[in-house]
Amino acid sequence: MLEVCGLATRFSTAEGYVQAVDGVSFHIDEGETLALVGESGCGKSVTSLSVMRLVPSPPGEITAGSVLFEGRDLRGISEREMRRVRGGSIGMIFQEPMTSLNPVLTIGRQITEALELHLALKGRAARDRAVEILSRVGLPDPSRRFDDYPHHLSGGQRQRAMIAMAISCNPKLLIADEATTALDVTIQAQILELLQSLCEEFRMALLIITHNLGVVARYAQRVAVMYAGRIIESGTADEIYSGPRHPYTKGLLSSVPRLDAAASTRLTSIEGEIPDLANLPEGCAFAPRCRWAVDRCRVEPPALVSPNGGHQAACWEQDRISEDHSAEHGRS
Amino acid sequence: MTSETLRIDGERGALFASDGPTLSVRDLRVHFPITSGFLIRRQTGAVKAVDGVSFDIAPGETLGLVGESGSGKTTTGRAILQLQRPTAGSVEFGGVDLTGVSAKKMRPFRSEMQIIFQDPYGSLNPRMSAGRIIGEPLTVHGLAGDKDQRRDRVAELLERVGMNPAMMNRYPHEFSGGQRQRIGIARALAGEPSFIVCDEPVSALDVSIQAQILNLLSDLQSEFNISYLFIAHDLSVVRHISDRVAVMYLGKIMELAPSAELYENPTHPYTRALMSAVPIPDPLIERQRERIVLAGDMPSPINPPSGCVFRTRCPIATDECAEIVPELSDHGNGHAVACIKV
Ligand SMILES: Nc1ncnc2c1ncn2[C@@H]1O[C@H](COP(=O)(O)OP(=O)(O)O)[C@@H](O)[C@H]1O
Ligand SMILES: Nc1ncnc2c1ncn2[C@@H]1O[C@H](COP(=O)(O)OP(=O)(O)O)[C@@H](O)[C@H]1O
Ligand SMILES: [Mg+2]
Ligand SMILES: [Mg+2]
Repeated sequence: MLEVCGLATRFSTAEGYVQAVDGVSFHIDEGETLALVGESGCGKSVTSLSVMRLVPSPPGEITAGSVLFEGRDLRGISEREMRRVRGGSIGMIFQEPMTSLNPVLTIGRQITEALELHLALKGRAARDRAVEILSRVGLPDPSRRFDDYPHHLSGGQRQRAMIAMAISCNPKLLIADEATTALDVTIQAQILELLQSLCEEFRMALLIITHNLGVVARYAQRVAVMYAGRIIESGTADEIYSGPRHPYTKGLLSSVPRLDAAASTRLTSIEGEIPDLANLPEGCAFAPRCRWAVDRCRVEPPALVSPNGGHQAACWEQDRISEDHSAEHGRS
Repeated sequence: MTSETLRIDGERGALFASDGPTLSVRDLRVHFPITSGFLIRRQTGAVKAVDGVSFDIAPGETLGLVGESGSGKTTTGRAILQLQRPTAGSVEFGGVDLTGVSAKKMRPFRSEMQIIFQDPYGSLNPRMSAGRIIGEPLTVHGLAGDKDQRRDRVAELLERVGMNPAMMNRYPHEFSGGQRQRIGIARALAGEPSFIVCDEPVSALDVSIQAQILNLLSDLQSEFNISYLFIAHDLSVVRHISDRVAVMYLGKIMELAPSAELYENPTHPYTRALMSAVPIPDPLIERQRERIVLAGDMPSPINPPSGCVFRTRCPIATDECAEIVPELSDHGNGHAVACIKV
């Protein structure tokens, strides 16, 4: 349903061009949840903003790639058509709700406005639907909240109001960019369970952008891991978690403390820090932090390849890493 | 650097004549007054941020304090350090109750007890070099002789937290989030503390950096036998680093247990819900886990529910729970629970 191919986005900065997204490709099917994971600054948000054509320009610029959504390339349509896609067949939710809520309109008005524009619902019908959605997202006392302004709501309630707005027009695809990151886990669980039920009920596709590997394990069927603007590994959640083929993915998985880990196990951390995008090393961007790196890694960037079916990794030494991982964990 | 270099001051060792816990907190309360009225301000209510919290922390032990935002974790940490004077209760450190102590008498404790914050950027003076930031406590507490000795000590501290000593001339904005957290830790270490409040020290960091900092904190603890109060909202992180964990909700401790025991045998309905809401990074395990989704938000600490403060979101609450304030009571194995239903 969504097929992104060779997407590239750069920013012009004082230090020259920063290639924030560098040839990213992925697809999402109807009803499916894909997680885009990676640490801050790796290009997750710029990827989703590029899909929605919301990259601030200047300084940003999409330089290559296509974004096929239901058969049309979103890069080729007019801005007017694009506005009908945003908030209509593609919904978006962000970490900071005030980026999509209008502070001078009531919560209810913002939802009915979207319902009018995208579903041609008016008056009583629009109001009823808005109240129904507000109650669906777990906002207490929805018919009263309808007339509240965003600043009347607590952070968690605002987040839910934004989600209500994003799902009000039955989007085919919902992009959730760190949408639950700032919330407490109990609220995060409420919202993610809701999104999951929407995927099941309405066959909505979900692109979850997060750095929380637990959330990914629970909700995503497929996973794409980003590092320094590129997807460096992708596959089903089971493939990625039980047999990572890229050293960065493997490192991330052993860096997270697990609730179910044996007591006092030491975390195996990845050394060093993420590279400066304006000053990327030659070859593989992860090589300076990689325990497995060989000479070739420092000169030749590896492409995302698939040795076995859909599970792909961009690493020259992926077979060795996969073997090491199986040896350590006793499963392949 | 050995523990001797960090503990040169014999006099301050006297604070620990007793073999008891480093820290003993009893019935700690912090109520922030809410006032109203013009000209004549009257107290019309109170935010019960911390409302009767008790625990001990032994030398070299980590007590984790976990709970949703607004549950009173930060206020508890600040009240222990007397950065926020408690409304009631006692905080004994090395046998001395700090709650009645004058600012002057507090001074030796100011270096013995340190704090590390979530946002090192907000807590590091942007106009001071890393070297001055770390060196300042050395001067204030008279822990380094002349300029050269101080410089050597700063270099040693930077090295100990995994940074290049040459970086002492740089300013906070020139560092990454992880490096700033290391500087915050080096500054805390400069005071040669025996107790550190770590208030969400890794919450703002990416996972790979978070793991580096957690490992660093563990290493420093075993090297210098420091006690930690480790505050975080992430139960996996807290469980990982803590010997024992206290679960806080609306100013009160709901459950306190050794960390393995808490995970294997969560007893309070709030702990159970909290734990089930934390996803485990393994899809095979996640698919089989039962999930308890709590309805609604945490109520306001201005008007906490009567009886048990958790009852409004509790899946097993009955009428009695609105009447009886549950005590934190012993369930064996060092496991204490505040619930009349379990
Ligand atoms: N408006 C902008 N101007 C310049 N650089 C930007 C801008 N927005 C993002 N970037 C750069 O693009 C990179 C990727 O950012 P982003 O997609 O926000 O990361 P993520 O969402 O994975 O944390 C970052 O290194 C960031 O510095
Ligand atoms: N200085 C203050 N004045 C009034 N209320 C405060 C103050 N500091 C904290 N609070 C309130 O006390 C409660 C507990 O806050 P805090 O200790 O910061 O919780 P946590 O660290 O668990 O998120 C919150 O309701 C907060 O709004
Ligand atoms: Mg982002
Ligand atoms: Mg806090």
